[in-house]
Amino acid sequence: MRALLRRLWFYLLAAYAAITLNFFIPRMVPGSALQNFLAKMSTASLTPDQLRALQAQYGGGHQGLVGQYLTYLGNLLHGDLGLSTSLSTPVSTVLANDLPWTIGLVGTATVISFLVGTLIGVLAGWRRSGLLDALLPAATFFQAVPYFILASLLMLSLGFYGGLFPTGGAYDTGRYATVTPGWNGPFIANVIDHGALPAATVALASIAGWIVGMRNMMITTMDEDYVLVAAAKGLPRRQVVAVAARNALLPSISNFALSISLVVTGSIVTEIVFNYAGVGREIFNAAQAADYPVMQGILLVVTFTVLGANLLADIVYVALDPRARKVA
Amino acid sequence: MASAIRPRRGRSRSGRARTLRSPKVAAGSLILLFFVLLAAFGPMAAPHTPDWRASRLDNVPHPPSAQFWLGTDVQQHDLFSQLLAGGRDTLLIAFVAGGIATVLSVLVGVSAGYLGGKTDEVLSILTNIFLALPGLLILMVVMKMMPDGDTGNPLLIGAVIALSAWAWGARVLRAQTLALRNQDYVDSARVVGESRVRIIVFEILPNLLPILASSFIFTVIYGIGAYASLAWLGLINPTTASWGTMLNTAQQFSATTSGTWWWYGPPALCVALVGIALALLNFGIDEIVNPRMRSTRRGRRSDRGPRFQLGLTPVVRDVVRAEEGIRP
Amino acid sequence: MTQIQTGRRPVTTPTREVVLEVRGLDVHYGHGPGAVRAVSGADLTLHRGEVLGLAGESGSGKSTLAYALTRLLRAPGVITGGEVLFHSRPQGTGVDGGTTAGPVETVDVLAADAATLRRIRWSELAVVFQSAMHALNPVARVDAQLTDVLKAHRRSMTAAQRHERAVELLRMVGISADRLRSYPHELSGGMRQRVMIAMSLALEPQVVVMDEPTTALDVVTQREILEELMLLRERLGFAIVFITHDLSLLLELADSIAVMYAGRIVERASAAELFRAPRHPYSLGLKGSFPSLHGERVRMEGIPGSPPSLSAMPTGCAFHPRCAFAMDRCSRETPPLVTPATDLAGPDGVPPSSRASACWLQDGQQPAPDALALPLPPASAPLPGSPS
Repeated sequence: MRALLRRLWFYLLAAYAAITLNFFIPRMVPGSALQNFLAKMSTASLTPDQLRALQAQYGGGHQGLVGQYLTYLGNLLHGDLGLSTSLSTPVSTVLANDLPWTIGLVGTATVISFLVGTLIGVLAGWRRSGLLDALLPAATFFQAVPYFILASLLMLSLGFYGGLFPTGGAYDTGRYATVTPGWNGPFIANVIDHGALPAATVALASIAGWIVGMRNMMITTMDEDYVLVAAAKGLPRRQVVAVAARNALLPSISNFALSISLVVTGSIVTEIVFNYAGVGREIFNAAQAADYPVMQGILLVVTFTVLGANLLADIVYVALDPRARKVA
Repeated sequence: MASAIRPRRGRSRSGRARTLRSPKVAAGSLILLFFVLLAAFGPMAAPHTPDWRASRLDNVPHPPSAQFWLGTDVQQHDLFSQLLAGGRDTLLIAFVAGGIATVLSVLVGVSAGYLGGKTDEVLSILTNIFLALPGLLILMVVMKMMPDGDTGNPLLIGAVIALSAWAWGARVLRAQTLALRNQDYVDSARVVGESRVRIIVFEILPNLLPILASSFIFTVIYGIGAYASLAWLGLINPTTASWGTMLNTAQQFSATTSGTWWWYGPPALCVALVGIALALLNFGIDEIVNPRMRSTRRGRRSDRGPRFQLGLTPVVRDVVRAEEGIRP
Repeated sequence: MTQIQTGRRPVTTPTREVVLEVRGLDVHYGHGPGAVRAVSGADLTLHRGEVLGLAGESGSGKSTLAYALTRLLRAPGVITGGEVLFHSRPQGTGVDGGTTAGPVETVDVLAADAATLRRIRWSELAVVFQSAMHALNPVARVDAQLTDVLKAHRRSMTAAQRHERAVELLRMVGISADRLRSYPHELSGGMRQRVMIAMSLALEPQVVVMDEPTTALDVVTQREILEELMLLRERLGFAIVFITHDLSLLLELADSIAVMYAGRIVERASAAELFRAPRHPYSLGLKGSFPSLHGERVRMEGIPGSPPSLSAMPTGCAFHPRCAFAMDRCSRETPPLVTPATDLAGPDGVPPSSRASACWLQDGQQPAPDALALPLPPASAPLPGSPS
């Protein structure tokens, strides 16, 4: 437990760093775009309070840098991420609508790709046969191609031309929609149908990493004596593989930290291609409308999500490796 | 992890020769060479400038023809000329990003691994924070805030992309340096009294070269993906000629859903091919670093040798055939 | 330094029944043009309850031989010839228990399929690895590693019975039951090796192969563990193939010893014979390479040179470049492993059956050097330092 508490400090520090970075990004960017933005805002129909908050976020007004920073921190503590300038609603409300979709999409895709990739990696490492060679070209392709191209490819082939899946949105909307949002069967089926291609994109793009990583770790682990002991014990083959796989899994979990931020940003791009209801579409729209508060709010929330996923991976690691429970 | 490390002197020349013969490396190098030449001479070889328009009246995209090898877009730009011109910025930015990120990762990773102690702790936390930050998302926000003139500057964009990409390399290099630091030959150099810088440059860095190369290639892949994505999202100065910008225009005119494959297909293919070429090179390097990870390909010929399986040592009774291969 | 209470019984047990037979075992590393020969024509016979020592420098092929005869040798090891026969007796028949002896079932190990191997592994043929640190699964508790074999081989046992057996096994090697919940990294080196030994005895096997089981431990712990091991063997009656580079250890522990050099068994004899009257120049040199931990003082003499690499084996007798007695013939022809001419008629006129040496000096064509022609000790003569 103490090992985890130590890690918790790191996460607090990282979260604080992200918050501070978020504050300084608009101030580090050269050019006058922000001044234009603020000037435009001051003529918009904002209450004086709202304008002051914006100025604290983007500089300007009469507060000094320290004052701006403290106001910004204070607002954050109240869960106040500012006001969307294009939607005229609080950023927190906008995000509350978007985030569940994104987390659902990334979470499902990551779990699927981790499980399937790890399983294939275990088999490829155990058998050392041509299995991996056969998979390699495809896996390389998925890994090396940017998310938006892979997403477009799936969307065009299976969605647009194949007609197997819907090409956009998170569920049917509009006049001909027959589903009503809520926890009902048809709606959930509709959501899964719409989520299939985006999730497949994210899963395919990240699966090669799991396969190759797990395979290499399997090969390394199988050289360990304890795996040979498992075979010498006359255990069923499945159990011998399990001994190796269980140990090979550990580095795979710590690699999770290396890849999760890539996966999350990738899925945001994927959402844009599929016009999916999550934060990806939101940040795209915000970029079009120069809605800086929404963009920065999303940046912050996504960072926190990534940190949360890392913490989760840490907890899983400690649960799986008894040696990690000792404080190093 | 430590098993992957061998003093550089130990590597035989035959290892290098084998690499060159690897079909993956050969294919990767050839494709990459093609695109490097394209980036260097493409803009000069193009029949027209990227913003040249065949006609200002016609507003229907034309399919490939003898006159326009890759057809035209809605505004009657010659897509072949655009494609030839579009590689330069993409490759330049990716390689600049790869170079800067590699230098940063060496500085941070090797220092952290070699110096240890408090330095290591601080640098590791910094690395881990940067790992958790969603790089592409930050790039989106920063690019949106930057004035158009700056987003057309390849070196600046390369540098910004590098800032979001150095942390992976730093983490891997730190781990390897940590393992190398305790090797006998490094110890003996320390005992002999060689300076810290000398040890790092002459004893440690040469052994990190394969990892350095692999991390450089990885960053270049990331850079190509990031730049193409940013351009596709319309966050790069639209007057820049690049594959991503072409895709952005195609997207704006719904090229994907109107069947004008010649518009979006070639630039997407180029981005994908460069990524695949680099990934192939990376696999080749991996096989040099970890020769044991090479997949044992089982040919169709039956004399490829026995099948190895853990805990089931093969018995080959055909001594005559086995004996043939044995040196006297 | 205390000495190991080996509890040595007379070499001849009531039933000199063979439990493991190795005939002409050949092992190669790799296949095709790059292959090298690691073990050539190895013959071994292990009797019930006997300790058979395999001695030799590292790279001599002793571990290769031991792993090959269990079919546990890793890639690129390939068995290219020979025979390994395992004469198994059903459970519960001890070494000297001729009363309950059931019919013998012979398993041809090299012809056995995976399922047959799985069946005899651990239940009849267990292995103790050199480093328990690496041989124990780092992420599994001790009890899980002790009971998984019971679960796999004794289907009828209940969880409670398995637990009881695990406690019993730990107690057998002097570890308290509360260690069952420990992970390997929480145990000391000696404790880990004890757990490993307890594990190997979980199913009361008839043969235990031990690959340098105490090399990684300090000398005091090593002694303690070996003493316990010998007492356990006395009680349970399993036979041991004991692999070590430490010939002096074998002289104390083993009933019979096979000395390996460059992939061949160069001498086979009882421990007493080998100690008193080695018949191969290599055994002689090896014996002189180790200080005896107790007993008479001997002059330390190493063997000049170093063992050959597998890929550049000398012609003829592989030892001839380092041999002080080498003759012309030694570099041309490989000597067979046969009874030395000196011993064809033993001290009592009875040829000792197990004695063999692979050396041209012993073929009777010329008188062997004095050091290699010492008279055999009487069968009952104790070794120096042995309990008398």
